Amino acid sequence: MRIGLFVTCLTDTLFPDTGKAVVTVLERLGHQVDFPAGQTCCGQMHFNTGYRREAVPMARGFVAAFGGYQAVVTPSASCASMVREYFPALAAEAGDPGLARAVAEVAPRTHELSVFLADVLRVTDVGGYFPHRVTYHPSCHSLRMLRVGDAPLRLLRAVRGLDLADLPDAEACCGFGGTFAVKNPDVSAAICADKVAAVRRSGAEVLCAADNSCLMHIGGALARQRSGVAVMHLAEILARTEETR
Amino acid sequence: MTAPGGSMPTYLGMPSFPAAARTAVADSQLRANLTHATRTIRAKRAGAVAELSDWEELRQAAKAIKDHTLAHLDTYLLRLEANVTRAGGHVHWAVGADEANAIVAGLVRAAGANGIVKVKSMATQETGLNEALAADGIGALETDLAELIVQLGHDRPSHILVPAIHRNRAEIREIFRRRMPGAPAGLTDEPAALAAAARAHLRQAFLSAQVGVSGANFAIAETGSLVVVESEGNGRMCVTLPRTLISVVGIEKILPSWRDLEVFLALLPRSSTAERMNPYTSTWTGVTPGDGPEDFHLVLLDNGRTSALADRTGRQALRCIRCSACLNVCPVYERVGGHAYGSPYPGPIGAIISPQLRGVTSPADASLPYASTLCGACYEVCPVAINIPEALVHLRAKVVDAKREKNFSPERAVFSLSGRVLRSPRLLAAAQRAAAASGRLVFRSGRIRRLPPPLAGWTETRDAPVPPPESFRAWWSRTRGGSGPPERAGPRS
Amino acid sequence: MSGTARDQILARIRAANRAVGLTDGGPDGAASGPRAEGYADADADADAAYAALARRYLRAHHDAAAHDIAALFAERAADYRAVVERVPESGLAPAAARVLATRVAAAPGPVLAPAGLPAGWLAELAAEITLARDEPPLSAAELDRAAGVVTGCAVAVAETGTIILDHGPGASGQGRRALTLVPDFHLVIVREDQVAADLAEAFARLDPARPHTLISGPSATSDIELIRVEGVHGPRTLHILLAGRDRGYARTR
Repeated sequence: MRIGLFVTCLTDTLFPDTGKAVVTVLERLGHQVDFPAGQTCCGQMHFNTGYRREAVPMARGFVAAFGGYQAVVTPSASCASMVREYFPALAAEAGDPGLARAVAEVAPRTHELSVFLADVLRVTDVGGYFPHRVTYHPSCHSLRMLRVGDAPLRLLRAVRGLDLADLPDAEACCGFGGTFAVKNPDVSAAICADKVAAVRRSGAEVLCAADNSCLMHIGGALARQRSGVAVMHLAEILARTEETR
Repeated sequence: MTAPGGSMPTYLGMPSFPAAARTAVADSQLRANLTHATRTIRAKRAGAVAELSDWEELRQAAKAIKDHTLAHLDTYLLRLEANVTRAGGHVHWAVGADEANAIVAGLVRAAGANGIVKVKSMATQETGLNEALAADGIGALETDLAELIVQLGHDRPSHILVPAIHRNRAEIREIFRRRMPGAPAGLTDEPAALAAAARAHLRQAFLSAQVGVSGANFAIAETGSLVVVESEGNGRMCVTLPRTLISVVGIEKILPSWRDLEVFLALLPRSSTAERMNPYTSTWTGVTPGDGPEDFHLVLLDNGRTSALADRTGRQALRCIRCSACLNVCPVYERVGGHAYGSPYPGPIGAIISPQLRGVTSPADASLPYASTLCGACYEVCPVAINIPEALVHLRAKVVDAKREKNFSPERAVFSLSGRVLRSPRLLAAAQRAAAASGRLVFRSGRIRRLPPPLAGWTETRDAPVPPPESFRAWWSRTRGGSGPPERAGPRS
Repeated sequence: MSGTARDQILARIRAANRAVGLTDGGPDGAASGPRAEGYADADADADAAYAALARRYLRAHHDAAAHDIAALFAERAADYRAVVERVPESGLAPAAARVLATRVAAAPGPVLAPAGLPAGWLAELAAEITLARDEPPLSAAELDRAAGVVTGCAVAVAETGTIILDHGPGASGQGRRALTLVPDFHLVIVREDQVAADLAEAFARLDPARPHTLISGPSATSDIELIRVEGVHGPRTLHILLAGRDRGYARTR
């Protein structure tokens, strides 16, 4: 399959290794990966902060870059949610039937990575090897908006050598919430503190999630505490093999 | 259509949420009380809900019934008025809080009383009824144990269902010892002893009261019946024993018919107190000779509800049946409690109702839609399926749009500029190169410990990532050129 | 805007619904068309749309054909710390006499017996126990001095363990609402044929014009640290006798 990779502005700018890992995994499974250079951002940060007008050009950019791809894959549940759940409303508000039509075409073909692997390709063993104790945090977008279910856990369980530890209170929010982390830093930190405590209680060496936004937030607190716990995106764990660890 | 909003006089001048939250988050007693209470009820609720295999069907039916009612609200209100009147009651209409308070005060004086007993009513809290009556020389005695605790403690309620959740038993004992006339000497802080003290304190008031004031959980249009759902029995006392009963009810509390109670009484107790059914539910229609009040008055309250009704996305908030399940699962509420929301309606539902009833311009109301991480836990537990995250994001746009008239806003400038960068691949790539350069030069240690405002809040408690030397798109362009796959297979870099 | 508050509110409601695109029977489901003048059409539109609402929930969570709903009622009422006893019809009078004698011994005073209470229920009451009638109506203070009250009920709900009084006249003997509110002890006699499987059936049996009291256990509060505490303002003890066809009885508490 020819797959359009939507790497997301956050991963593009701050966590390029995640993007590289997605490419590695998909090519390992025999697919062809394109990176349409016209892509930028899904507009979620602006949309969620109330700047909906400013998000419309980003939606236009997205459909222009990705129209025509059989599948669009992104390593972010929150960005996939933006495209699938909110682009239609954005197009309707913009009063742009052309945009609405383009969105109706591309949104259903836009998948978060774990959903694409486990439910679309129906593959859970992607050939990964990662001999470490890992715990998984389900981001709120993946859990409640996209409803990815246990797709990420099935993928992690198939990674050779990986010791999957339960995360206590896993379904609790991490407290990032986009601009919430900056507008309400005290509450954000208070919520994060409980998530960090749970991660440390799990005994894991690595915290894994399918969203770099959550990882940046929880990881930043784990680093501040000198906890010794690393954070890795799901794609980066799946990309590791015996050769590349 | 511009309908003037409602007002909540007692809550004027509340600070913005972030400011109030900063204090609350640091209050260790409050944090301990909230954590214990919300986690307990959360688990119980899950068990109560799991018992019903058709919970989702009940939820969808409730949502449909409420949406239908709102779509025909005028018809149903007229039907309710006709049926209450036919059954011997009187119906009054109040556009705003002051009007509602004045109607109640007038009725109390006409009954020749200078005091009332009150059963918990969010609507009267919203209008500031007690304060308005006090200004008129009329005493209002709160009879819900929690409202009594709040009243004696000169405090404000902090939760829809359990208004004194921010108090533990030791604090409650102190309040009773110091402020409850006739509190027994040597009162312990055992919950049973505290409840017994409240019972003794209120009993005489109940048995001699002339006027009772209540709200209602539901008002049935088809029959003119009102329904009050409670646990302690003080509701029964207030709606049965006095000669005059006044019920202040928001116009959105109406249901079309008697049979709809089979849906809502299945959903409400399990969602709120996590029981199959609450101890007492009372229904009455107008006046019943020989049984209960001889004089019944229903005050229908708008106070901004019609503003919410005019908002296609926001009106779903009017489905609310005040169960408080959303408060108990909210990670934000759990850390700050109800006072930080600056409204009689706290938590997730408060964040979408308060700005719609009061408008989005006050510091409190402009900040409430942002008092959320959009985690969606509230939507999952709402028995009438209010999509609270959707409503929050919608209200954020309203707040932003209301400010667009203003000349300059630093935040808008940042979002405008970043918006231009983020929609242009060229500008984005340029910004990434600049960030990578600063990363190489300045942050060689690999960690950022402190960021300047407006991002300083981030680094108060977290390290920030250093921009890597090469963005993803730069890497792709360098190693793969163009949009397509590599021209020849080789080791990945 | 001019006019009374009522006029203003109704006008705002209509304008609001128009503003969001809901004319008569818009997305609500009934036939579409501009709103006609006069209330009659609005009523018909509302009723048609209401009748069309989908209700996919269960009418009863335990089917009476497959479950012993009387036993379910007993079990669930006992969950609330009500005292529940199942007795055969023939054992009802002795059981009522025993329960009331125990109560009066612990808390002396008259027992309230509303009009219409079946005479047979109290046929074996000990002579020392004073029965008080509510004719002429007793004062609040007199109600407060009673040892307790004994009533029947209108219907009981098995699923939720609830007793519903409709305070009606006639042979159910329930009395006006204050009679079961002020005294500290309430003995309710429920016949098995009065037990409905669930809320839907129960509400269908009631007349909304009457006042109702739904009772699910003795009074309680969770206002202190969310710990449930029994006995605030309503009767602190609720004792239920569930009378069925003659067979062995079991005490469920």
